[in-house]
Amino acid sequence: MNAAANMAPAGGLTRESRFADPDAAFRLLTQAHRDLDERESAAFNARLVLILANHIGDEEVLREAVALAREAS
Amino acid sequence: MQPFRQFAYRRSADQDAPAPTRHPVVIVGAGPVGLTLALDMARRQVPVVLIDDADRIGEGSRAICFAKRTLEIFDRLGLAQAMVEKGVTWQKGRVFRGETELYEFDLLLEGGHKQPAFINLQQFYVEAALVDAVLAEPLVDLRWSNRLADLDNHEDGAKLTIATPDGDYSLHADWLVACDGARSPTRGLLGLEFRGEAFEDRFLIADVKMTAPFPTERWFWFDPPFHSGQSALLHKQPDDIWRIDLQLGPDADPEHEKQPEIVRPRIERMLGHGDFALEWVSVYRFQCRRLDRFLHGRVIFAGDAAHQVSPFGARGANSGIQDADNLGWKLALVVQGRSPVSLLDSYDSERVVAADENILNSTRATDFIAPRSPGERLLREAALSLAPLTGFAKRFVNSGRLSLPSAYAGSALSSDDESWNAGLQPGAPFLDAPLAAASHAWLSEAFSVGQAILLGDDATKLAPAGVFAIEPAAGDETLRQRYALEGGAAVLLRPDGHVAARFRQLERGAVEAAIERMEGRG
Repeated sequence: MNAAANMAPAGGLTRESRFADPDAAFRLLTQAHRDLDERESAAFNARLVLILANHIGDEEVLREAVALAREAS
Repeated sequence: MQPFRQFAYRRSADQDAPAPTRHPVVIVGAGPVGLTLALDMARRQVPVVLIDDADRIGEGSRAICFAKRTLEIFDRLGLAQAMVEKGVTWQKGRVFRGETELYEFDLLLEGGHKQPAFINLQQFYVEAALVDAVLAEPLVDLRWSNRLADLDNHEDGAKLTIATPDGDYSLHADWLVACDGARSPTRGLLGLEFRGEAFEDRFLIADVKMTAPFPTERWFWFDPPFHSGQSALLHKQPDDIWRIDLQLGPDADPEHEKQPEIVRPRIERMLGHGDFALEWVSVYRFQCRRLDRFLHGRVIFAGDAAHQVSPFGARGANSGIQDADNLGWKLALVVQGRSPVSLLDSYDSERVVAADENILNSTRATDFIAPRSPGERLLREAALSLAPLTGFAKRFVNSGRLSLPSAYAGSALSSDDESWNAGLQPGAPFLDAPLAAASHAWLSEAFSVGQAILLGDDATKLAPAGVFAIEPAAGDETLRQRYALEGGAAVLLRPDGHVAARFRQLERGAVEAAIERMEGRG
């Protein structure tokens, strides 16, 4: 287990699931990729990241999210 | 419990009849679904002819996970206790990525349920228990080595041609129920389309015999060290048998992969030793599909003949047995002339919804385990890598969502007291509860009477004939709480245990109206 997982959650970023039906949310994302090749999927993901980042609209939360994504492997 | 039995073909009097004999119900296929339905119909005093093209119980363990709801149905038929004693009771699972455990889960329900969340038991043991019960049941005429060869579907029944070792004979069935499995010959005879998705990946399913110290938990690996880039599953069965599923990818050659000299090294890598015997091996590609409708005139489809899912989630055999549970009491009412034929429309609509729910869950799990495009694989890997760090990503990880009974929301058989919204919704599956003073120790046992159940403080006084009344006794707090039985409230449960109606204040007129509706006359 990564030591970071035991740290108290930081201020603004939610790490618990917020979806009533996480499987449905995940499927919505994966189905968007079904007919895309690797390059197209990467470009799609990049667009989606920007859209969602703007929707969050909070630089601190974004900073935490970036750190979490880098930490995972 | 005695598995692997062969049964003798016996000539039936129908084969010497001058004209085709007429039977109210003929069931095709003596698997778990057909046997359960035959037994249930017989307990409801409906005679049944059950035909099967084989002369033995199917070999190989096939379905192994039997869910609480299924065990409640088997208990109603008097069979669950022996199954639970023989089976491996389990409720925990662990999910790994590589060598790292991502999370564990526990299906343990709150207390106050007679049956466990799941047992693992080889399908042949379940079939053997059902066959024994059917053989002891004079109203079921079980005919082995009888194959449905032709079918003429009329407005008032189906004319069947049945092939036997003695040649063909004809029967007339007022109702024909096809429980003849995923490759349903009945479906083929009617030329019905079986539409849905096929998955490209092949999976090796092996049962191995060994003594091992692993706990009785469902263990699932994404990308395990012993089977790089694929998935693996390990699950215990009785008799020191372990179920192993190994993903092989889309290009695997099934005939090659089934060879013991290919299978054994794969399993040795997984177990770290070769001290096991191969009991059964099969290579599969999964499909999720269903018939558009489960009712076709006088021919009714149930189980895998009607719908097929991938095995992740144990939704195949469990949903088939729940089809039988939904159909049995309705078909009995229709055959006995107590309900109009249109009651059976609710079998179609309710079980189509259940099949879609099972297909959806099974498709999501299969897509997570075997992603179909590079982008989907990337998202899957992202969820797996975030799962040790965050709660939300754990919820995205999907190694199979295990079978739960469907709620029949919006069922035409339900009534609701709109002034009151407490306890279980109409259409919901019942929740078991212990009973202190009633004739049965558990609510689930009371369904063995075969009737609908009226639960409430004045139930005995207000239940019409043919409805089984249960009044909460002192100490029945679980029952009161689960059904919100306070201040004169009451709940009507269908014979298959789903909520038909709830009443803020129990009165005879409302109960009678709800029963008319439940039995398709309202």
